[in-house]
Amino acid sequence: MLEFNPQLIVFFLFAILTLGGALGVVTNRNLIHGAIYLIISLFGGAGLFVLLSAPFLAAVQVLVYIGAIAILIIFAVMLTRSMTSMRELYNRQWWISAVVAVLLFGLLVLGVIGPVWVADEEASQPVSDLVATTQDLGVALVDGNQYVLPFEIASLLLTAAMIGAIVIAREDD
Amino acid sequence: MEAQCINILETLAPCLVRGGMDPGLAQFLSIAAGVLIVSAIPLVSVIIFIWIERKIAARVQDRLGPNRVGPFGILQNLADAVKLIIKEDITPAGADRLIYNAAPIIAMLSVILIWGVVPFTPVHIGADLDIGVVYVVAIGSVGTLAIMMAGWSSNNKYALLGAFRVVAALVSYEVPMIVALLVPLMLAGTMSMQGIVEAQQGMWFVVAAPIAAVIFYISNLAETGRAPFDLIEAESELVAGYNIEYSGMKFGLFMASEFLHSFTVNLLFAIIFLGGWSGPFVHQLPILGVVYLAIKSLIPYLFTIVLRSTVPRVRIDQMMAFNWKFLVPVSIINVLLVAFVLKIIQELGLSPSPENVHDFAANVPQAVILLATNLLMGLVTLNVLRNAGRRERIADQARALRTAEQRDSAIVPSAS
Repeated sequence: MLEFNPQLIVFFLFAILTLGGALGVVTNRNLIHGAIYLIISLFGGAGLFVLLSAPFLAAVQVLVYIGAIAILIIFAVMLTRSMTSMRELYNRQWWISAVVAVLLFGLLVLGVIGPVWVADEEASQPVSDLVATTQDLGVALVDGNQYVLPFEIASLLLTAAMIGAIVIAREDD
Repeated sequence: MEAQCINILETLAPCLVRGGMDPGLAQFLSIAAGVLIVSAIPLVSVIIFIWIERKIAARVQDRLGPNRVGPFGILQNLADAVKLIIKEDITPAGADRLIYNAAPIIAMLSVILIWGVVPFTPVHIGADLDIGVVYVVAIGSVGTLAIMMAGWSSNNKYALLGAFRVVAALVSYEVPMIVALLVPLMLAGTMSMQGIVEAQQGMWFVVAAPIAAVIFYISNLAETGRAPFDLIEAESELVAGYNIEYSGMKFGLFMASEFLHSFTVNLLFAIIFLGGWSGPFVHQLPILGVVYLAIKSLIPYLFTIVLRSTVPRVRIDQMMAFNWKFLVPVSIINVLLVAFVLKIIQELGLSPSPENVHDFAANVPQAVILLATNLLMGLVTLNVLRNAGRRERIADQARALRTAEQRDSAIVPSAS
C-alpha cells in the first residue's frame, strides 16, 4: 500500500528525530541533555517543514527555536547550577500536564483527521493548489483583509515583553 | 523541459544521459558530485586561508611567517594538520562524552552548510533557495550552539566562562547583522542568493547602501570572533576560551571552522554587497564567476586579517555597549530611512524597471539618491558621536579635577 520512495524514508527519519527527541526531553534527568534533545526534536520538525515545501518555516524554526530559544534555555540552565543535576523525574504537578497533553493531542488528532473523515468531493482540493509560497505568506501578513491585525498585535506584544524585560533587569538608580 | 547537454561543467546530468546513462542515476550522480565539491572546497581552501593569514600577520609584526615547508611555506598547514591528527586525543575527566565529541563537528557543519547556497557562477549554486538569506542566518546561529556545547561539556570553569561570554556576544551581534541585511533585501526584492547577485548586475549594493555594508561587516567581525572583538579566545584572560580542553584534531576542527567562518562571511559580503560573480564576460564563460567572486571576497578578507593583527581587543562591556547603544539603533534607523527613501524613489519612477536592471545608467539615479541619504545619515551619526564623546570627556576631566582637589586638601593639613 505504501509506495517505497526516498521521500518516505526521509519523512520517517525526521519523524523519528522529532518523536525521539521529544521523548528524550521528558525522560532525561539532566536538563542540559533535555535541552539538546529539544533541539534534536525541533530540528526534526524543521525537516518536516521542508518536506511539506515550506522552506521559510523550516529556516525560521531553526533560527528562532534552535538559534534563540534553545540557546536561551541552555543559558538559563547553566546559570542556575543546582538545576543541572536534578534527582527526581516528576514533580507534584505531573498529572496536570498529563491531562493537558492528552487533551491537546486529542484536539490535534481531531483537527487533522476530522476534515479527512468527513471530506466531500466539493471541499477537497488537489494539494498542489494549496501549497503557499513564502511570498503568499508575506502578503498575507500585511494584507488588510487577512492577517495584518494579528500580526501587529503579536508585534506589539513582543515589544511590550521586551520593554518589560528591560525594566525588570534595570538596576534602580 | 529537457535540459540540453552544452558543456560538461555546467550541465553534467544531461551529458551523462546522452552518454547512455539512466536519467535517474545521472541526476543522482550529478547532485552527489555537487555536494562533494561544495563541501570539499571550503575544507581544502581553509588550509590556504590559514596560510594567508599567518603570512600577512607575520609581515605586519615584522616577521617572515612560515617559510620552511614547501615554497613560501605554503605546505606548513598540511604539516600542522598531520601533527593535529596524530596527537593524542584527550577527553577530560568528568566531560560529557557525547556532547563533547559532537561540538566540534557541529561547529564545522554550521560553516560548511552555508556554502550550500553560495552562488559561485550564474549556473553553479548548490541550491538556489527562495529564502537563501534566512537560511544563511539560521545556519549561522547553530554555530553558537556548538560553542555552548563545547563550553559546558568540557567540565572546566574557564571553558564555561568563555562560552558564556562568547554566546552573549554572538547572540547580541546577530541583531544588527540581520537588520542590516534587510537593506540589500529591499533593494533586490528577493531573498534568493542568486536573485541578489542578479539584482546587482547594474550597480553593486555597496554603493547604494554603504552604511548597511559597514554594519554588516562589523557585526560579522564580532560573529566570527575577529579582532577587535576576539573575546572568543582571549588568551590572556580566559586561558583560551570555550575550546580550552580540546586537543588534537577536535581542536583542529574548531580552529579550522573559525578561520573558514571568517572567510565565509566575507564571501557573503562579496555576494550581498559587491555583486558576487558579476563581472565582464561572465555570461559567456560562467566559470569566470568563481574568479571574480574569489577576488571580491579576498579584498574584505585581507582587510579583516590586517585589522586582526593591528588593533587591540575591546572589553566585553565595551563590546556590548557598542552593539546595543550604537550598532542596533543605527541599523534600525538606517533600515527605516532606506525603506522610506526607496519608496519615494519608486513613486517618482526613478528606480530601474525589471527590464533594464542590468543597465548601469538606469541604476544611477536610485543609487545616487540612496548614497546621498546614507552619507547624510553617516554625517549626522558622526556628529552625534562626537558630541557624546566631548560630553564624556568633559565629565571625565571634571571628575579627575575633583579627586585631585580632594587629595590636595587631604594632604595639606597633615603636612602642616
